[in-house]
Amino acid sequence: MPILALRNVVKRYGTHTVLHDVSLDIEAGEVVAIIGRSGSGKTTLLRCINGLEAIESGSIVFDGAPLPAGGAALRELRRHIGIVFQSLNLFPHHSVERNITLGPTITNKMPLDEARKVALDVLREVDLEDKLHAYPAQLSGGQQQRVAIARALAMRPRLMLFDEITSALDPELVGEVVKVLERLAMSGMTMALVTHEMGFARRTADTLVFMHQGRVWEKGPPRELFATPKTAELESFIQAVLEPND
Amino acid sequence: MSRDFEWPELLFLVGALRWTILLSIVAFVGGSIGGLILAVARTSSYKVVRWIAQGYIGLIQGTPLLMQLFLAYYGLAVLTGLRLDPWPAVTLAFTLYAAAFLGEIWRGAIQAIPRQQWEAAAALPLAPAAQLRYVILPQAFRIAIPPTVGFLVQLIKGTSIASIIGFVELTRAGQLIVNVTFQPMIVYPAVAALYFVLCYPISLAALRLERRIDADLGLAQRR
Repeated sequence: MPILALRNVVKRYGTHTVLHDVSLDIEAGEVVAIIGRSGSGKTTLLRCINGLEAIESGSIVFDGAPLPAGGAALRELRRHIGIVFQSLNLFPHHSVERNITLGPTITNKMPLDEARKVALDVLREVDLEDKLHAYPAQLSGGQQQRVAIARALAMRPRLMLFDEITSALDPELVGEVVKVLERLAMSGMTMALVTHEMGFARRTADTLVFMHQGRVWEKGPPRELFATPKTAELESFIQAVLEPND
Repeated sequence: MSRDFEWPELLFLVGALRWTILLSIVAFVGGSIGGLILAVARTSSYKVVRWIAQGYIGLIQGTPLLMQLFLAYYGLAVLTGLRLDPWPAVTLAFTLYAAAFLGEIWRGAIQAIPRQQWEAAAALPLAPAAQLRYVILPQAFRIAIPPTVGFLVQLIKGTSIASIIGFVELTRAGQLIVNVTFQPMIVYPAVAALYFVLCYPISLAALRLERRIDADLGLAQRR
């Protein structure tokens, strides 16, 4: 049974339909990379999965239970789904440690001592244990994103969502974040990523999803899709991202 | 026979200053509680709650403080037969007035926090009250310091209006002294100097607080 099952999901903003009839399964331990042009609905899809956006029709089922519309039931489910955004993830007025312990202590009622140990553990996973007492403004963009990943991991999620988390970074900082993502993927974490890092998608993802005009246009093993795209849209997209100046 | 403006007269002004301070404190504390409720209500996801808060703020901001003061002092007596003394009347009027303005200042500060911060807090997943308490309000507080202190200083000086219904604070005391000394060119500058002595340190303290917060958070000095 897939850990996440989307069936015929439709999302509209007013009269504009962003997601048309999207169906997608994610198995436990699977790494799914979602690619596509801007406006293709990939970010919206990710936001629908943890209930940041309400869907018009269709169903989203996580671990056998339909996604609640809101309130305490949705919060309960979100404890198991971590998300990292493109930017401004961290709370600038809290230290790295407090950023990480907030979720466990407030949401999970974990004693602070224990949460601090968790903070150190997850910071080690992203190689930033020396930044425990730093404030976000004292970190580079890449370090901030790694702390954001650590913060999500502190809740011990069963599914991690990443929404273009390297897109706002300076090019030289992308590598350190991608390295953390690859390590996370190797550890068996179930992950869905919206990404523009095609090299990463090809190397690490089990499944590549190409979205176009709010639909899952093509889906399959990354090497296959990159080597032999079945649709003209994916072919031209791959050309555009691999040879941007041609 | 007239008196000169000497030590006893100055002491009278300083004595009256405590009513200015007391009125300012009560209005600011009461207004802060009301303002916080209004600010949260103004950013609520419930339409009716937003409308009520907006209506209240619009009403208070759209009418002169003097009229609000008259309504609290004379109006209440005419409408309900409840005759308030000057002190409760001025504290009521100034508190309601401060709540509206602080509510609007703080609404702006709350709305200045990027949407991503709400989402990051919701994803954690903090409940709405915890999102406000741990994530939004502390950041809004930093943003709100300059306009809040600006308003506080305005409020302190604005308490001079309370003199009109006979409440003896600093300005009213000044008028009384002028009436017996006929030396307005000495008395009123002294009154103004006392307001300055009260207000200027507050502005300075606010600036220091801002700098300390920025330094604690590792932010570059902005000024």
